[in-house]
Amino acid sequence: MTNIPSDLKYAKSHEWVRVNGQTGVVGITDHAQHELTDVVFVELPAVGRQVKAGEACAVVESVKTASDIYSPVSGQIVEVNKAVVDNPALVNTEPYGGGWFYKIQLSNLAELNTLLSPEKYKAQIGDLI
Amino acid sequence: MLKRTPLFEAHQKLGGKLIEFGGWEMPVQYTSIMDEHQAVRTAAGLFDISHMGEVVVSGPQAEAFLNQTLTNDVRELTAGRGQYTLMCNERGGVIDDLYIFRLMRTEFLLIINASRINQDVEWMTQRVASGPYVSDVKVTNASNRFGAVAVQGPRVKEFINGCIVGSSAGPTEVDQASDLQKNELGLFNFNRMVIYVARTGYTGEDGFEIFAPLQIVAIWNKLLEVGRPFGLKPCGLGARDTLRTEMCYPLYGQELDEQTTPIEAGLGFFVALGKGDFVGRTVLAEQKEKGVSKKCVAFKMTDKSAPPRPHYAIWSTGADAKHIGEVVSGTQSPSLGIGIGMGYVPAQFAKPGTALEIEIRGKRAPAVVVQKPIYRKPTRG
Repeated sequence: MTNIPSDLKYAKSHEWVRVNGQTGVVGITDHAQHELTDVVFVELPAVGRQVKAGEACAVVESVKTASDIYSPVSGQIVEVNKAVVDNPALVNTEPYGGGWFYKIQLSNLAELNTLLSPEKYKAQIGDLI
Repeated sequence: MLKRTPLFEAHQKLGGKLIEFGGWEMPVQYTSIMDEHQAVRTAAGLFDISHMGEVVVSGPQAEAFLNQTLTNDVRELTAGRGQYTLMCNERGGVIDDLYIFRLMRTEFLLIINASRINQDVEWMTQRVASGPYVSDVKVTNASNRFGAVAVQGPRVKEFINGCIVGSSAGPTEVDQASDLQKNELGLFNFNRMVIYVARTGYTGEDGFEIFAPLQIVAIWNKLLEVGRPFGLKPCGLGARDTLRTEMCYPLYGQELDEQTTPIEAGLGFFVALGKGDFVGRTVLAEQKEKGVSKKCVAFKMTDKSAPPRPHYAIWSTGADAKHIGEVVSGTQSPSLGIGIGMGYVPAQFAKPGTALEIEIRGKRAPAVVVQKPIYRKPTRG
């Protein structure tokens, strides 16, 4: 069974964001890592970069393909996860923990209302299965 | 509408992720490419290869016809033996690469690429019709009649006889399937049906390929049953591709096409220039003598980087770095843990040790030309 933590917001494109005040932590979902399988390389945005919600800002490579990762929220990248660059398998083993991608200073809190709740995300991937 | 093999339902039942390949709906993986790749390198893996084509060429002049149509020397084959060979056009470009087995003195079985069945059959049929052997050679496309599986890996010999029971009924005479030598083919009984079993494969590991007009589902299930205790896993096309890329085996449509010759592809070993005339010989002989302008090289990434992929640009290095070629196959090597690939570059860049750069999303990452195969089995002391 795919894991969908209840304290996160989700994008249709399978990223999650954990919001703490003005900052968000972004990663990809358990469902996404399961579909990708065997992540072998992660390319993260530069710290300081401004990204818009829906903008491709990271790349995840499995053995077979490269996949763009879209920022679920707008803002400035304030930190990236070096551990996941060194050990891309963390995306598979801890998609909501050690496999996080970047921290972002949110520029538009209202955007969070456009993201999916855990229930809605579950319904979305349920349709795909 | 995509074509489905007789094993389609078996793939669904096993949770295989299905993709399009050469007009077929095939499993790319069941669990993960990494797992399946390692299963083949260390134990055993089972592949559906029913999409591949089977053509029977028979008749009193079949040998002469095939020797004028294919690059390798089919006269070397005694009954029950097979060889890798290529079918070229007059320009030396590759129509297909294939395996050919001699079944009898006057009958041959050709195992051809799924994506090339129509082109191959048409090419051979036209050559027969327009050539001197019109009444003495028959080309039969048996692709729809055969299902096929490949069972590959160092432990396969420990369980193959549990599925293919008993001795062969020629052309290679053996007491049991595991006695077949590399490139040998035998006819065996399975549930009282005749099937072909060959000691061949596309992974660089020991193993067998089984071609059966019926019963392929029963053979698949039996192999899974007898092989599971030895670590046998069903494997998809994803692992098939990483395994063959590590071995530098060409894949038609990537390393090979009608504009590329076997000499450029580095397959000169399978071009028997001394056997007499054959289609493409003039061009191939000249290339072998004078050299080629482009060559297919194998390379490894030297730093941590994203894996190379087909169509990425290859650059030379240094102050006058130029765009010199294109990646044709590229992936993360599950065995080596680094990016590997093959690509075409001008001949002066083909020497092992030559530094290259691969352009990945606008940035160039360092790579080095290496000898083929990229992966060699660790020698056990």
